[in-house]
Amino acid sequence: MAPRLVVRVGPEDFDPAAELAPLEALPGGAVASFTGLVRDDGGLEALHLEHYPAMTERQIGEIVARAAARWPLLGVTVIHRHGTLPVGARIVFVGTASSHRTAALEACAFLIDWLKVSAPFWKRTLRRDGSGTWVEAAAEDDDRAARWSGE
Amino acid sequence: MAGLTILYFAWVRERIGRDEQRIDHPGAETSIAALLDRLAAESPGHAAAFADRARLRAALDQRFVLLDTPIGEARELALFPPVTGG
Repeated sequence: MAPRLVVRVGPEDFDPAAELAPLEALPGGAVASFTGLVRDDGGLEALHLEHYPAMTERQIGEIVARAAARWPLLGVTVIHRHGTLPVGARIVFVGTASSHRTAALEACAFLIDWLKVSAPFWKRTLRRDGSGTWVEAAAEDDDRAARWSGE
Repeated sequence: MAGLTILYFAWVRERIGRDEQRIDHPGAETSIAALLDRLAAESPGHAAAFADRARLRAALDQRFVLLDTPIGEARELALFPPVTGG
């Protein structure tokens, strides 16, 4: 049976509990999830996330398809927000459901690692003193994503 | 002659001062890097945006490609810094 796939990109907030419920309703018995939030690194007021809509859709679709081909998944939910998000706001959600806990956990980690390096989003910091800079990509994120290819 | 739409994102967009421009298609054999050399002469903003090629990424028709890739039949070129989502 094809897994239940949900991908949503938009400015709206989401409720992780409400997103988990349909994954838990699947017959697998194992659900894993990751929620990423705007971290207060001292002086940060908000992050502004810009994206490339046509490519975002394609890239997330491809990452989800790769996860579904690699692990026996019953459900995948990926939500990514854009726009201006204050400290503490939710940015991203990944949820996976499977009959096997390792499949659910690994697929969830794979999805967030690959989202970070292949979904066309860019973060700009907005600081309380009015300044702001574009966030630099971290080489360790590339390494984490590449690790999934080496196995 | 068919055109090429160029999209700019993040600080590339800010330096150039616009998020999109349309040009005559430079030809299938022309690489992105060669096109950047040409566009850099268009304005100081273009020159600033394209100065550090190591920090520049590209996509042709919504797929990541290296800067030495020929533009081919693509209709949309996007130029941006390394992505920082998730």
